[in-house]
Amino acid sequence: MNLFPVFRKKNSGEIARNRLKLLLVADKADCSPEIMQMIKDDMIRVVSRYMDIDSDRIEIQMKKLKQPDCERFTPVLYANIPIRDVPDKGIY
Amino acid sequence: MSEIIVITSGKGGVGKTTTSANVGTGLAILGKKVVLIDTDIGLRNLDVVMGLENRIVYNLVDVVEGNCRMKQALIKDKRYPNLFLLPSAQTRDKTAVTPGQMVKLVDDLRDDFDYILLDCPAGIEQGFQNAIAGADRAIVVTTPEVSAIRDADRIIGLLEAADMGSIELIVNRIRADMVKRGDMMSLDDVMDILAIDIIGAVPDDEDIVISSNQGEPLVGMGTPAGQAYMDVCRRIIGENIPIQNPAVREGLFFRLSHLLKRA
Repeated sequence: MNLFPVFRKKNSGEIARNRLKLLLVADKADCSPEIMQMIKDDMIRVVSRYMDIDSDRIEIQMKKLKQPDCERFTPVLYANIPIRDVPDKGIY
Repeated sequence: MSEIIVITSGKGGVGKTTTSANVGTGLAILGKKVVLIDTDIGLRNLDVVMGLENRIVYNLVDVVEGNCRMKQALIKDKRYPNLFLLPSAQTRDKTAVTPGQMVKLVDDLRDDFDYILLDCPAGIEQGFQNAIAGADRAIVVTTPEVSAIRDADRIIGLLEAADMGSIELIVNRIRADMVKRGDMMSLDDVMDILAIDIIGAVPDDEDIVISSNQGEPLVGMGTPAGQAYMDVCRRIIGENIPIQNPAVREGLFFRLSHLLKRA
C-alpha cells in the first residue's frame, strides 16, 4: 500500500494506453515518436512567442476521429496547450 | 446460406488457433455444420488443439493440388459429428497455395457447411493473404498488450483495404485482477483504441492450457473462458448477447461459483 499517492508511479495500464495511442497514429501517419516530439517542440516555440504557455503540460497526439462528412475514422493532430497568461501587447 | 469467417491477429501467440478451435466446436454444439480450415501451411497446429493429429491422411495442399478429393481430406471431430477439420500441410510452405486457389477451395465447401472457419497464420504475408481471400467476415483476436493491439490495428487496416464485409474483435486473456489495479488495459481501453465492433471478451483462464494439453476445446464448459467462447458463438449466429466484461464481473454469484469450484 502506498501512503503517498502523490508520489505513486503511473499505473502501467495507463502507460500502455498512452504509448499505444501515440504509436498507432505514428504508424498510420507514417511519423515516428521522434517526429511527434519535434512537432511538439516547434509548437511550443511558436506559441510561446504570443502567449505564456505551460510547456510541461502540453499534450500532443494523433487521434482517430470520425469526421462529420465521412464514415471512416481519420487521423487528426490534437494539441492541448495550457495557457498561463496572455501578455497585453496593446492589440485590443 | 453459409458464412466464411477468417480468424486472424497479426501477432502470433495471442490465441488465434485456440479461438478457432473453440468457436468451431461451439458452433457445432449449437447445431451448425462447421468446417475448420488450418491455413498455416508449414506450421500446423489446429489439429493438435482439436486432438485430431493422429487422424490426418491428406491435407489442404493435397486438396488444392488434386492429390485427393475434398471428402478424403476432411477429418470428422471426435465428439461432434457435424464438425470437420481440414488440416494444413506440415512439410510445405505458404507459397504452395495462392489466394485464388483458396477462394475456390472455400467456395467448394459453401454448399455443404453452415460455417467455414479459417485459422489464419501470424504475419501479413502470403499466408495471411491466402486466408482472407475467400472470407466474408473477419474476427481479429488481440490481447490487452501494446504489441498485440498495434498489430491488430495494422491487420484491421489491411482487412478494410481488402473490403472485408465485416470485421469484429475478440479481446483475449483479460486478467480482471490486473485491470482492477490498473496494470492492464481494460476492455474499454482496447475498444476505444481500435474502434471496431467487439464480439467477445475472453478472460485469461488456466483451463485453456489444460484443454489444449488434452486436445479438447473447453467451449461451453463451466469455466470462464469456456463461457466467454460460447457467448462468442451465439453472437456469431446472430443472438443478441451483451458482452460480459471480465473485469467487472465479480458479483456475488461469480465469487460464489468460484468458491464452489475451489472447494
